[in-house]
Amino acid sequence: MASTACFIIVSRNDIPIYEAEVGSAVKKEDAAQQHQFILHAALDVVQDLAWTTSAMFLKAIDRFNDLVVSVYVTAGHTRLMLLHDSRNEDGIKSFFQEVHELYIKVLLNPLYLPGSRITSSHFDTKVRALARKYL
Amino acid sequence: MAPAAPRSGDAIFANVERVNAELFTLTYGAIVRQLLTDLEEVEEVNKQLDQMGYNIGIRLIDEFLAKSNVSRCVDFKETAEAIAKVGFKMFLGVTASVTNWDADGTSCSLVLEDNPLVDFVELPDTCQGLYYCNILSGVVRGALEMVSMKTEVTWIRDMLRGDDAYELQVKLLKQVPEEYPYKDDE
Repeated sequence: MASTACFIIVSRNDIPIYEAEVGSAVKKEDAAQQHQFILHAALDVVQDLAWTTSAMFLKAIDRFNDLVVSVYVTAGHTRLMLLHDSRNEDGIKSFFQEVHELYIKVLLNPLYLPGSRITSSHFDTKVRALARKYL
Repeated sequence: MAPAAPRSGDAIFANVERVNAELFTLTYGAIVRQLLTDLEEVEEVNKQLDQMGYNIGIRLIDEFLAKSNVSRCVDFKETAEAIAKVGFKMFLGVTASVTNWDADGTSCSLVLEDNPLVDFVELPDTCQGLYYCNILSGVVRGALEMVSMKTEVTWIRDMLRGDDAYELQVKLLKQVPEEYPYKDDE
């Protein structure tokens, strides 16, 4: 498993709807803020890249020191963004695909309002399990 | 001798028109969602779902009797079996099991292991009091009322609240004698 990884889902309206620090490194408060900052900065790159390809998985699109940002854009333009320091691209791709499936399930829940925060603890547990498995 | 009442709804289920399960689930979900938005109070939504179910039930019973060929039930036990095995199968595609009879046979539980209404659904914190499938209890109540049985139907277990199955308690309050619709002097 990667020592550092931060995963967020950004809705089509640029609102973060899910965040998780999934790395095995010791949690540091300022690091978490830095991660958010890097991911936020990468959103512009995503916007430019998303329309140049038909693939959902955009691979590594941005880097900051030794941290890399990988992004997966769903058909509804929800962005799954992962900040990581591992180089395992296949694992990341599988991770994104499975989280995408989970996200669709959340979206199909009639009591979930699209674009609102994902509060489901079930979703959270599953995402963390996937992170342990693939990253 | 009259043909034996069907013990399962499989044959009828195979012949009725069906809709895509996801379309059905999402349509029901949209109704509940809209009710939550309109009525705001979870309690009100429960009531409204029950009322809607009742309105469905009082119509559905005719369809049920017309298509299922069940013969007249001699007692409440048989009625419960018919609902669980034939009724649920016919309209919902699943069968329920009947358990937890009380001593005098007026109250029982219909247990659903599988419920197509709740695929994808997860109750958020804001809707904890919601009986998502309350429409079902209304349907059963309405249908039984049309065949002269006053019942009270309540949810005992609900998977959305962390239980292991759906359990619907059906309690027979009284059997209304069939009334001749005209008065003598009319």
